[in-house]
Order: sequence, then structure tokens, then C-alpha cells
Amino acid sequence: MAQVTYIEPDGATRTLTLAAGTSVMRGAVDAGVEGVEAQCGGNCACATCHCYVQEPWLDKLPLPSDDETLMLTNVAAERRPNSRLSCQLIVEPGLDGLSVRFPDRQS
Amino acid sequence: MDSQAPILIVGAGQAGVQIADSLRQEGYTGDLLLIGNESHPPYQRPPLSKKWLLEPGALSALALRGADALQRRRIELKLDSEVTAIDRAASRLRFTNGEQLAYSKLALTTGALARALALPGASLGQVLSLRSIADSGAISAALRRCAAEGRPVVVIGGGFIGLEVAASARKLGAAVTVLEGLPRLMSRVTAPIVSEAFERVHRAHGVELVFGAQVTQLRGSAGCVESVCTADGREYAAGCVVVGIGVVPDDRLAAAAGLACDRGILVDDCARTSDPSIVAAGDCTARRLADGRLLRLESVQNAVEQAKSAAVALLGRERPFRAAPWFWSDQYDIKLQMVGLSHGYDQVVTRGDVQKPSFSAFYFRAGRLIAVDSLSRVQDHMQSKRLLDHGLSPTPEQAADPQFELQSLLREAKPATADGA
Repeated sequence: MAQVTYIEPDGATRTLTLAAGTSVMRGAVDAGVEGVEAQCGGNCACATCHCYVQEPWLDKLPLPSDDETLMLTNVAAERRPNSRLSCQLIVEPGLDGLSVRFPDRQS
Repeated sequence: MDSQAPILIVGAGQAGVQIADSLRQEGYTGDLLLIGNESHPPYQRPPLSKKWLLEPGALSALALRGADALQRRRIELKLDSEVTAIDRAASRLRFTNGEQLAYSKLALTTGALARALALPGASLGQVLSLRSIADSGAISAALRRCAAEGRPVVVIGGGFIGLEVAASARKLGAAVTVLEGLPRLMSRVTAPIVSEAFERVHRAHGVELVFGAQVTQLRGSAGCVESVCTADGREYAAGCVVVGIGVVPDDRLAAAAGLACDRGILVDDCARTSDPSIVAAGDCTARRLADGRLLRLESVQNAVEQAKSAAVALLGRERPFRAAPWFWSDQYDIKLQMVGLSHGYDQVVTRGDVQKPSFSAFYFRAGRLIAVDSLSRVQDHMQSKRLLDHGLSPTPEQAADPQFELQSLLREAKPATADGA
């Protein structure tokens, strides 16, 4: 289990407790967090679950796969150094407290 | 019309859920009812022909939205409910159980039906097609049984669904034969060079591919299929048969209610039907393009984007959907991503390693880029998507040159198209 805090595009925050093994995208979709689309359902095929990982978590996450890195090259909102696809971020106890922000557009 | 009545959405799939979501995001505060004819809450269909066949898991992993999400957005679900008619004069829906519901506005997201095989023996047991989660479970079980009993799986149709099922069957250890009526795979949507790449990959994985196969009948005993016969006199033994010969837009309710339909509910690019109180989105629609052609798309993106337009149209505003269509398919370890519509191309160039295969096919018409199919070339796909959405085109020479950065065209164009898509 880990707590994940989501910042919605308008700045509202929601904190959810997620089971280990759940993706950050799945947690958001299940709870109705605003700002995530996840059109491909977590297949790393659409880049519509783009998020900005908040400090200090970026360095604590496993590195993105080649596919994720390539998908990130053309996300709809601005790509930043802390951009990740939330479907590829898998919750584990070491990420308790993780915080991500969703951009104002995904497609 | 009762303006206090809820907005009703018929069809609880990808498009229906998105209309409900978007209505809330756009500020609609009235009642909202999402009506589904299955017993499951809204779920994703693409995995049903892919991962789900290999490891059917918890339904919650397929959920399009969690119960919390629906509750938070005050989206009410009415499941196990079959609508029998739309009474447009009274703005009411009728259900099989006699119930009636009034609407202020109506959205139709009835999806598509698997095209049925109209041949002798098609109703035998273990002749399966794929549309719902129950279908996927049945196919998954049949593939496993065939693998365990050493009986072959016959797939009729070499399109996306048929090939994804074939790949899954091989992964589960079953022998597979794909019978395709045309001379190559996925011929409706891809260039020969892409079909050939998939042909090599499927054969390398042990799939028997038969082209030009005209299936004439299915034979069986004790109510269960045992073989598939083709016009050339061959008979293919089958422990199960999976039929993947395309889909038919489900426009039955709309057509019966007198809405304009043409193998799909006719909509404009704002998802409006011929009735100003009714919108439609997703697989059930046929969209009139600027050049007059009718476009029928079966994809998640089309469902989602048309649904966003439909929600806005229900609130009396316009949000035309004109973005380049994209699709994806997983077969073995190849990630196929397609963007644009290749219909009418006059030139194809490739970028990358065709034999591996890890390449993209760029389709041009009169020198302009119209579509790109990428096989395990994620970057090409993402960049092409942006190029097409911005109306930009590399030259065929640039597209074929792996040293040329497609991205550079976007950078150069940026000042002129600031935030164009």
C-alpha cells in the first residue's frame, strides 16, 4: 500500500491509498481524478495519461522504458524533465507519498 | 420535451462513458443515466483480443472508470437493460421489460456487432466471435482446450482481431490456421509491405496462413464444430473456430426510429445526428467527411474524441473532431501503431528495418503525407501523429531517410501553428 497524491489540472489535490502493483494511472481512473484519459488502457500506446512527477519523487522511480521515453517525445501538453506516463508508474511501498500532477490536456 | 428529464446515454462502452464524463466536465449538472445491456460496469474492449486471452484477470483491471469515479461525477448506471425503441415524438425510451424513460437529450453509443458468418454450420458449438468480455472468456477457454487436446484452432479472417487471436493461440501452445479470403493480411487498412511483414512474423511463429480461402461450410458432430471447408475442396480440422470478419455498426435502434443511417448512424463532425435532440458516437456511427465520403472507424480514439464532441453538442455548442485517426494492435512482440487514413495513397516509403521488422510505412497522396503505419517504431508514430494533426508533411525522401529528424518539421512550423491541434 502507498499513498499517492494527485494534483488535478485546476490545482485541486486528491490523496488515494493504492495497493502495491496498481499503476498510478489505474488509481486515478478508478477514483475519477480529473486530467487523465488513458485511452489505450495502460498499454503505453497513446500517451494520454501523461503526468508531471512532483519533487522529490522523480529520482526514486524506476527509469522509463525505451517505449515510454519515445512516447513522451510527443505528448499533447508540454514535455518537461519530470514528465512520465502514469500507466508505467507502478505503486510499491517505497513510493508512499508519491505526488503527480496531470496537465490540462492529454489529446 | 421535458427539459428536467435526464440525459440518457444508450450504450455503456468507451463512447458512452466518455460522453457522461465530458458532460460533467463541460458543466452539465442535471441527471445523467448510462444504460448498458450487459451486467458488467463499463469496461475496455481492446485487451479482450490481446492480453485478456492469455490471462483473463479481475474485471476491475478492465474497468473504464471505477465506481468511485462514476459516483463522484454523479453518473448513474442502469445495467442489464435492453432498449427496444426510441419514441422521438414523446422523447422516451422503451425497454424490453415494458419500462419507459423520458429524456431531455439522448446519446446513442450502441457500438458494433461482430459480423456473423452466414454459412451452413456457423451456429455449431465452438464457433466463436469476439465482442464482449464473455466472448473473450469463451475464446480463451477454447484456445487452452485446443492446446491441451492437441487440436487445431481455425481463425476465419486475417484482420486485427483474427491475427491477435492467432498470436494468442500460439502463445498458449495451440496449432493455428488463419483462413483469409483476400490475397494478404489486413488488406483493407495496410500496404502490402506491412501485410508481408506480419505474414513473415506469423509464419515464423508457426501460424499456417491460407490466402484466397473461400469458406463454404463448417462441419461438426454432436453439435460441435470439427472442420472448416473451403471452395477449393480442402477441409481444415478444427477444435474451435474463431470468426473475425469485421463488425457491423449497431444502428438498429436509430434506424427503427427514423434517424438517418447508412451502415451506421450518420453524424457530422460534431457528432450530431439528423435529430437535434440526439447525438451518436463511437463504432455505431458513420461520419460524413468534408469530401463527402463516409468514414466508419472502430477505435478507442474515435469513440473518445467523438464522445467529447457529442457531449459539447448536447449542450448546444460545437467541438468538431478532425484529428488524425489512430489505432494500435499487439501481435507477438510487435507494437503496431497506425495514424491517418491511407485510403487512396499513391506512394509508400519505409523508414527503418523492414526485415526485423522495426519500420514505418509512410503513405503519400500527391506528395502529401496521409498516414503512417509503425511496427515497433514508437517515435515515428508519435511524431507522425503530430505532423498529421498540424497538417505538415515531410517529403517522401525525408520520410525514408532515417537521418532526417521528423521532429524538425514541427519545430520549424511552430510559430505559424502555435498550439494548432
